[in-house]
Amino acid sequence: MEYANPWQRIMRWVTTTNHKDIGTLYLMLSLVMLFIGGGMALIIRGELFMPGQQFIDPSFYNQMITLHGLIMVFGVIMPAFVGLANWQIPMMIGAPDMALPRMNNWSFWILPFAFTILISTLFMNGPAPNFGWTFYAPLSTTYGPPSTDFFIFAVHLMGLSSIMGAINIIATILNLRAPGMRMMKLPIFVWSWLITAFLLIAVMPVLAGAVTMMLTDRHFGTSFFNAAGGGDPLLFQHIFWFFGHPEVYIMILPAFGVVSQIIPTFSRKKLFGYGSMVAAIAVIAFLSFLVWAHHMFVSGISLGAELFFMYSTMLIAVPTGVKVFNWVTTMFRGSLSFETPMLFAVGFVVLFTIGGLSGLMLSIVPADFQYHDTYFVVAHFHYVLVPGALFGILAGVYFWIPKWTGHMYNEAMGKWHFWLSVIGVNVTFFPMHFLGLAGMPRRVPDYALQFTDFNMVATVGAVIFGFSQLLFLVNIIKTIRGGKPATDEVWEGAEGLEWTIPSPAPYHTFQTPPEVR
Amino acid sequence: MAMNKTRRTAIIFSSIAVLMFGFGFALVPLYNVFCDVTGLNGKITGSSSALINNEVDRSRNITVQFIATGNENLPWDFYPVIKEIKIHPGEMSRVEYFAQNNSDKDMVVQAIPSITPGSAAKFLKKTECFCFTQQVLKKGASMRMPVLFYLDNDLDQNINTITLSYTLFDLTEKQGESHDKP
Amino acid sequence: MALRGLFKKLTFIVGGFCFFPALYAESALNMPRGVTPVSRDIFDLHMLIFWVCVVIGIIVFAIMLYAIIFHRKSRGYKAAKFHDHITVELAWVIVPFIILVLMAIPASKVLIKMNDTNHTDQTVKITGYQWKWRYDYLKEDIGFFSNLSTPQAQIQGKEPKGPYYLLEVDKPLVLPIKQKIRLLVTSNDVIHSWWVPQLGVKRDAVPGFIHESWVYIDEPGIYRGQCTELCGINHGFMPVVVEALTQADYDKWITGHKQQAQQAQPDKTWTKEELMTLGEKSYGTYCAVCHQVNGEGMGDIYPALKKSKIALGPIKKHIDLVLHGVQGTAMQGFIDQLTDDELAAIITFERNAWGNDTGDAVQPSDIRKLRKGDES
Repeated sequence: MEYANPWQRIMRWVTTTNHKDIGTLYLMLSLVMLFIGGGMALIIRGELFMPGQQFIDPSFYNQMITLHGLIMVFGVIMPAFVGLANWQIPMMIGAPDMALPRMNNWSFWILPFAFTILISTLFMNGPAPNFGWTFYAPLSTTYGPPSTDFFIFAVHLMGLSSIMGAINIIATILNLRAPGMRMMKLPIFVWSWLITAFLLIAVMPVLAGAVTMMLTDRHFGTSFFNAAGGGDPLLFQHIFWFFGHPEVYIMILPAFGVVSQIIPTFSRKKLFGYGSMVAAIAVIAFLSFLVWAHHMFVSGISLGAELFFMYSTMLIAVPTGVKVFNWVTTMFRGSLSFETPMLFAVGFVVLFTIGGLSGLMLSIVPADFQYHDTYFVVAHFHYVLVPGALFGILAGVYFWIPKWTGHMYNEAMGKWHFWLSVIGVNVTFFPMHFLGLAGMPRRVPDYALQFTDFNMVATVGAVIFGFSQLLFLVNIIKTIRGGKPATDEVWEGAEGLEWTIPSPAPYHTFQTPPEVR
Repeated sequence: MAMNKTRRTAIIFSSIAVLMFGFGFALVPLYNVFCDVTGLNGKITGSSSALINNEVDRSRNITVQFIATGNENLPWDFYPVIKEIKIHPGEMSRVEYFAQNNSDKDMVVQAIPSITPGSAAKFLKKTECFCFTQQVLKKGASMRMPVLFYLDNDLDQNINTITLSYTLFDLTEKQGESHDKP
Repeated sequence: MALRGLFKKLTFIVGGFCFFPALYAESALNMPRGVTPVSRDIFDLHMLIFWVCVVIGIIVFAIMLYAIIFHRKSRGYKAAKFHDHITVELAWVIVPFIILVLMAIPASKVLIKMNDTNHTDQTVKITGYQWKWRYDYLKEDIGFFSNLSTPQAQIQGKEPKGPYYLLEVDKPLVLPIKQKIRLLVTSNDVIHSWWVPQLGVKRDAVPGFIHESWVYIDEPGIYRGQCTELCGINHGFMPVVVEALTQADYDKWITGHKQQAQQAQPDKTWTKEELMTLGEKSYGTYCAVCHQVNGEGMGDIYPALKKSKIALGPIKKHIDLVLHGVQGTAMQGFIDQLTDDELAAIITFERNAWGNDTGDAVQPSDIRKLRKGDES
């Protein structure tokens, strides 16, 4: 597009209501946040390279773990999936745009402000939020630093953005499907996002409620979480995890969707068990509301509650298992090729399964008494979120970027990126299982001597993983600028409406709805 | 047509979001009810129970321990006068806690009770307790504070030791502010 | 091909990395089996579920690997057409479900056992503080604080680190073996969590609430753990050390501890050198975590003592501040935590170290006087 002056060029992005533009904005924000949050991770790993205080003090360390968690969850994983949804859902269901384009603009543009506020706490007088991303009361209420109020405001904004985005996605999927696109014909990615959006609408307001209660406890004399006034600190944990556990699935379900698109494409074979895949996602989403207290097994909840939450948590392994088995069966007797998206998808299945199995171990309550709040848990949730959610995003970007830009990415560089990432992730997080079992608590800025070796290994892995993401950055920039032109179909085994339109996808697609046979 | 449907969807789901925000707050009373019923977390109601003429069950001996904690290094002496008693269910007992304000100013405190095991919480009935109201002590002053309680006969057969704990929270600075009890 | 060769090399290096540390005796790979019936039950459960996971993982990954190797397009493999099979899909709902039920049975049994706090021989109350533990023996009327004893110089890398770096305390929790001991856990400020892996006990300490657990130790020994719930800046610096003694040794320890507490402190006058020596040591244990060894503090919350108004100002105000703390700040009162000797020594040290050359020497008797005045 031609612009009279730079101002117009900027205003185009500020005022855009086009789903492709907004998708791009979300993905760009997520990419920037990935490097900020990743930089924090490297600071953390650097401090933990050796026992003893290296270059940051414990106070700054706590601020780093808090912001690393918040940025990665709310600033990287969630916006990236919303970005993919914005780009892909209209193209996959044959809609001209999202159902509520102006709200779409708002739900994106809130986010840069939210993160500016969050990150600005680092530069305020007094410490930034330093109570971990789970911000347990009373550490975050009575004992929270003044910057906590900015953190609360930022969380409110992020919640608002997510809720608006989710409403938009639901409205789009329910109302703007092309004729003939029945619900049980929807691509799995669309299904996974529909269910994720339901989860978002159900739990983001609960998070907003939790931080509102924090705010009134801090300033308006209420005692929701303060025992002195008849409140209960454990109530905070119940409310937080009522949000927090579905949140975990909010971060992983869209990745399931992406992988369920990619594996059939590169297996040149239809997805095995479409119906059971949809059912599994729905069951996982439903169960996610019934397992929250498994984060609180050692907090003194009653025996009955411990038994109930153990059984419900173990039950989640069943639908998750169904998904993994279906992916493997899809690959079985397919005609496989391993381009970068497929590599990341296969990496996802293997490493997510490892994270899922350690999750099964964590569900056994007596064993959880030893695992809880150790590096074993850190290893577990990084396995599901890094080679899980993040690999899902990377796979999706490699898969669809030829459609977005009209150029093929550099395949060799993509493969290097994959192999370095896989090696880096495993070298970083696998030793953490051993650390946790041997007794290293999480969120400590320093540790006893017997944990030295594995921490060194983990730091080396983190450096490999962190710097290999630069390859991704370079590859994307190069692909946007130019490269081998992509065909309309892009991938040999590709199926779906998005592959019927030209590459790059025109600014406006499906102005007249396509007919789905 | 599509626009109207979209608007309806948006309104429905916005309402759900608002409802869920309310639900977050509804979790607070729900949680308290849940705690009362199940004794989750050893949380007990701050109000007195009526004395029911229970038959004393002399076949069972229950040890009740008393514990005291001053929150945030409260500059008070605070301890139970008797640390442990053995009682029968249904039997009314009276124990005292000693408190002395060692600071150089008058102070207001609130005692928060907690019982373990949690499943015993609803069977320990207090007819009088210093935790029902805030306590004021002038600087240097001391007092003995009574608790009258009995154990309900329905107390789980497996339980033979109960601990009643009080934590004193300093409310001196918060005094005068309104206190919403969620 | 080149890529595959490289991959082989990399796996070799990564594999080497993973097994290399196992050569050191001190790097543990697995959970300790522990010294209590509960910790052993937990260990057995952990190994059971671990092997279940390994077997499931191997089966799934083997099938996948088979497909990756043999069902490749580059080998000319033609894709099959199947995409649904109701029996198979039902099977992988039912089979995992059965496995889970079989797992849940032993897990529930152990859990019920862990929750049985009845018929205990004695009770110890554990209170979490920012950032130390307090232990009160209800039966014996003994109570004391347990602080990290690793010197700040080791943390800052100015001294070589000792073998129990960050896992050592001034006064451990001493428990007798072969007794069922009830642990009551609560907190003084924020949520902490008391954990000793060898004992299989982890319990959150929640302010205002009391929760219980129990332990039955089989073998005498020293067992180390840490606080596992983020509780502020020095969360990583509040270890738990439990010393398990035979009944005879334990009785001896109890008598000794009571005698020590009763011993009247002689009203001797200390020299300034003596005060400074004890002061430096005690400062390192109790004060340096926040105010730092060099007395320069950390940020706004932990003000510097070097050249500070307090340390160079009137002695009485300085003593008062250390004894009672400052309300609304992180500075707590140490009156109940430290002896008169330690308090006098710390204050003397703060008034003379880092160029705070006031020349003052505070005597334990000065503290004693103020303590008395306090109680009147």
